[in-house]
Amino acid sequence: MAEQATSEVQHTEQMSFVRKYIFSVDHKVIGKQYLFLSLFMALVAGTMAYYVRWQLAWPETAVPGAGWIPEPTAFSGIIPPEFYNALVTMHGTIMVFFVGMPLLLGAFGNYLLPLMVGARDMAFPRLNMMSFWTIFTASLCMIASFFVEGGSAAAGWTGYAPLSADPIYTGVTWGLNLWIIGLALEFTSFLMGGINFLTTTVTMRAPGMTMLRLPLMVWMQITAAVLFMLSVGPLVAGAILLLLDRTVGTGFFLPGKGGDPLLWQHLFWFFGHPEVYVVLLPGIGAVMEILPVFSRKPIFGYRTIIWSTMVAGVLSFLVWAHHMYVSGMDPNLVMPFSITTILISVPFAVIIFAFMATLWGGSIEFKTPMLYAIGTVTTFIIGGVTGIFNGSPPVDIFIHDTYFVVSHFHFTLFPSVFLGGFAALYFWFPKMFGKMMNETLGKIHFWWTMICFNLVFIPMFVLGMGGHMRRIYNPMQYDFLKPMQGINQFITYSAILLLLGQIPFIVNFFWSMFGGKKAGDNPWNANTLEWATTTPVPHENFDTIPTVYHGPYDYSLPNQNEDWQPQHLEKEPAAVA
Amino acid sequence: MSGASTVTEYQATHTVPGRMGVWWFLASEIMVFGGFLAVYILYRMASHGAWAAMAEHVSAPIGTFNTVVLLTSSLTMVKAFEAVDKDARDKARNYLLITVLLGVAFLCVKGFEYSHEISMGFTPLSGSFWSFYYVLTGLHGLHVLAGIIANFCLYIMAVRGTLWSKNCQGRVEFAGLYWHLVDVIWIFLFPLLYLSY
Amino acid sequence: MFDWFPKNISTFGGDIDYVFKLIFYIVGIGFLLGELAILFFVVQFRRRDGQKAKYISGDKWPQLGWILIPTVLVLFLDLWIDFAGAKAYDAVKGEMPVHDVIVEVSSKQYNWIITYPGPDGVFATADDITKENDLHVPVNKVIKVVLKSQDVIHSFFVPVLRLKQDILPGRTTDVWFEATETGKYEIACAELCGYGHYTMRGFLHIHSEEEYAAWLAQIWPAE
Ligand code: HEM
Ligand SMILES: [Cu+2]
Ligand SMILES: [Cu+2]
Repeated sequence: MAEQATSEVQHTEQMSFVRKYIFSVDHKVIGKQYLFLSLFMALVAGTMAYYVRWQLAWPETAVPGAGWIPEPTAFSGIIPPEFYNALVTMHGTIMVFFVGMPLLLGAFGNYLLPLMVGARDMAFPRLNMMSFWTIFTASLCMIASFFVEGGSAAAGWTGYAPLSADPIYTGVTWGLNLWIIGLALEFTSFLMGGINFLTTTVTMRAPGMTMLRLPLMVWMQITAAVLFMLSVGPLVAGAILLLLDRTVGTGFFLPGKGGDPLLWQHLFWFFGHPEVYVVLLPGIGAVMEILPVFSRKPIFGYRTIIWSTMVAGVLSFLVWAHHMYVSGMDPNLVMPFSITTILISVPFAVIIFAFMATLWGGSIEFKTPMLYAIGTVTTFIIGGVTGIFNGSPPVDIFIHDTYFVVSHFHFTLFPSVFLGGFAALYFWFPKMFGKMMNETLGKIHFWWTMICFNLVFIPMFVLGMGGHMRRIYNPMQYDFLKPMQGINQFITYSAILLLLGQIPFIVNFFWSMFGGKKAGDNPWNANTLEWATTTPVPHENFDTIPTVYHGPYDYSLPNQNEDWQPQHLEKEPAAVA
Repeated sequence: MSGASTVTEYQATHTVPGRMGVWWFLASEIMVFGGFLAVYILYRMASHGAWAAMAEHVSAPIGTFNTVVLLTSSLTMVKAFEAVDKDARDKARNYLLITVLLGVAFLCVKGFEYSHEISMGFTPLSGSFWSFYYVLTGLHGLHVLAGIIANFCLYIMAVRGTLWSKNCQGRVEFAGLYWHLVDVIWIFLFPLLYLSY
Repeated sequence: MFDWFPKNISTFGGDIDYVFKLIFYIVGIGFLLGELAILFFVVQFRRRDGQKAKYISGDKWPQLGWILIPTVLVLFLDLWIDFAGAKAYDAVKGEMPVHDVIVEVSSKQYNWIITYPGPDGVFATADDITKENDLHVPVNKVIKVVLKSQDVIHSFFVPVLRLKQDILPGRTTDVWFEATETGKYEIACAELCGYGHYTMRGFLHIHSEEEYAAWLAQIWPAE
């Protein structure tokens, strides 16, 4: 075995650059590829948010920094309504599908899952590679869609038919087709990824790693993968029909040809609600790993959290029509869906309370990852409680499609994608890149991001209460919105600051990667298996596959000298007694 | 699917990764076709009988014939798998070939049906029923084609003898699972499209 | 705080605002308690020399009580909110009261086409009158609005009425309202419907009885 391992190592060293870093089948390299892709796409979608925000605050004035966009997309920085709609649409689409999923599932799922379960790689490494190159192609489709005639998709990230089903309604031709194709490729990519997540976890765990000794991050990742697989099918069907409507001339969603526009909404949201959990679960999964490490305590209620996640997962398939209270669907459906919606807050309440209970009695150290983890919890609570407003049918009549909703879903998505994502990145960066990140810059980044994030989105609730519609190119058209324009400008200032606040991160990221302090194998004294191997992680992850003796969260066991207990080491005799 | 055995020396369960992968794939296919069928059924219910008149123009006898062809091919696929299991190589090879031929026969009949329907003026644009008819059977047909190609590759490998290497263990089983799925989808499509006027 | 709402001038808008406020206070208190607890925990249990964390796995029932009891409370409050809202929703979108006046609002990219049935009260007759973007109705009367769309989905949104309804092409959707104050208010489209979505602005003119009679007389003079 040892001999074989060394020959393997030599073999890797001889691998060409292309095999090693580009068409690599190593889950660690693939994870990093996902990471860079998602950070790049975050930059793209963040820039779009900036253009959108500028237009809302100072309508129809030239956006600084948008002068490079050629006509007729924009006119020396002035954004026309067609382009504005495309920006909103693509911002949403990219943030959810090309930042959230590749960052949380693609990067951290791929990088961590085999390490955490104690496997040498994913079950199907080549499929894993294909999944990355599929989403890479999908990203190219999305970006290319801006450069075709008619511009990019402009029917909202929800792509409601019939607006999306016939080019005459938007003037967008291939842009929207590319959007559909890009999404289909993205779905394919994550279906391939999902096979790997589940199969690796089920079949390739290290000896002693029972399902109930898995780190919660792994549970969250596989639950997310399964939710995605079970929900995306009908939308794929819908997307095929939509594409046929657009290209061949069928009328599945066009009432004039006997189609039904409402059906698209059902298909979209049947997928859409589980999808937000697909993005949420890995984000809070990272929090579940980080809270115990920095409070030196077990996560509170390990099994309860797993059960709650399962319950939430099942319920997520039964709530979709809460997005459609005013859509014109049968009003008799409203009450059942509002009840399931209410019920789904229960498992999440359990999880949040479990997080709080984890902090209680701990010995909390405020390293950057921990700050981000706590930040995720505190802001996600706002997303959760404002969901109650949306879930209430009468209130939704008023706030549906207003900024109240926009703010609500940013308070759920931003914490999981960015706050959770940053928590994960600061936490696992030492393992991934072998260097520590700078704490001071990290803390500046955290407070800057946290404060500006809240300054951007809390005022949006006020706009929503004032009735400010979403996806509106120029709010100054309406007299009842004019008094609130000051708030719009305030939000835009804050959003610009929020984006600038990412500079410390970018500096820190690259500076640490090349010049940071060298990280040890286990800088945070954490228990899980990814810290049991050396840094940098060798090819095939472990010199010898570790054996697992107990669960992942045994911190501060009584009668022990150390306040941690790695999963691959047996307990000291004193504790066993 | 082959990398798996090389990277693990220890396995937590007896489940073969390849088999899990195939089941995952089948499950996602079921969700896609489930979506299509749900949409079709909802539309059909909303059409208040208008579609039933359309459905009369598809040929139930030809559909029945094709159903028999496809069911038989599922049977021969099972036989092929049985033969592989017993290491009866010649038998396995022949059954694979029969399965492939039956699949081709199915597609030929389907093609004939299409041309007949189009000649009667029923194209994918002749109303919602026909749009669904062509989309559903067309996608199913593509799946049949993919299955034929997979089975044909296995047949070639069987002829060359490479199918019996350790590396290829389980391939006939996985292809068989897929082939059965294609069959099951047809079992749903057939009554919904052909027999419900 | 609730000054941010647009003025309410419909009979059911007050109920909607009430449910909003109810939810606001309930979840507001829960939110504050939650955030304060987190703040307290992170301050109280920050790392100090020589102080070890407690080992609490939280997988035993007595421990789980600490999170399950608040959860039951959450469930209870949730259900309260949901049932408190059911009536308000029913008033708006449930059974429709008998109407005094009927109008048809047909949306298209990017205009509201408003049709009045005329003195005979029946649509598609010779005395129908069609106007763009101006909806005239009397105060304190039940108005039934028949919503139609000629192209894509639009959404009929009148902030002061707290009324919003998506309009699906190929179907008619009925809504109703009863305004309690006269004046001129804005109608907006709340569902993205194309590049001119933001320009889809209409006006709701709510007239006193006399004013409304005068308006009618002006449009159908020879009656
Ligand atoms: C970087 C900070 C962000 C800012 C400043 C921002 C800002 C905005 C703005 C101004 C809108 C348009 C609202 C409208 O006019 O309708 C919007 C929409 C949206 N955002 Fe963000 N956003 C940010 C981050 C995110 C993140 C992290 C996600 C998800 C992972 C996200 C997902 C969405 C979605 C789905 C929409 C809806 C798009 C649509 O209406 O079709 N955003 N955002
Ligand atoms: Cu939802
Ligand atoms: Cu509109």
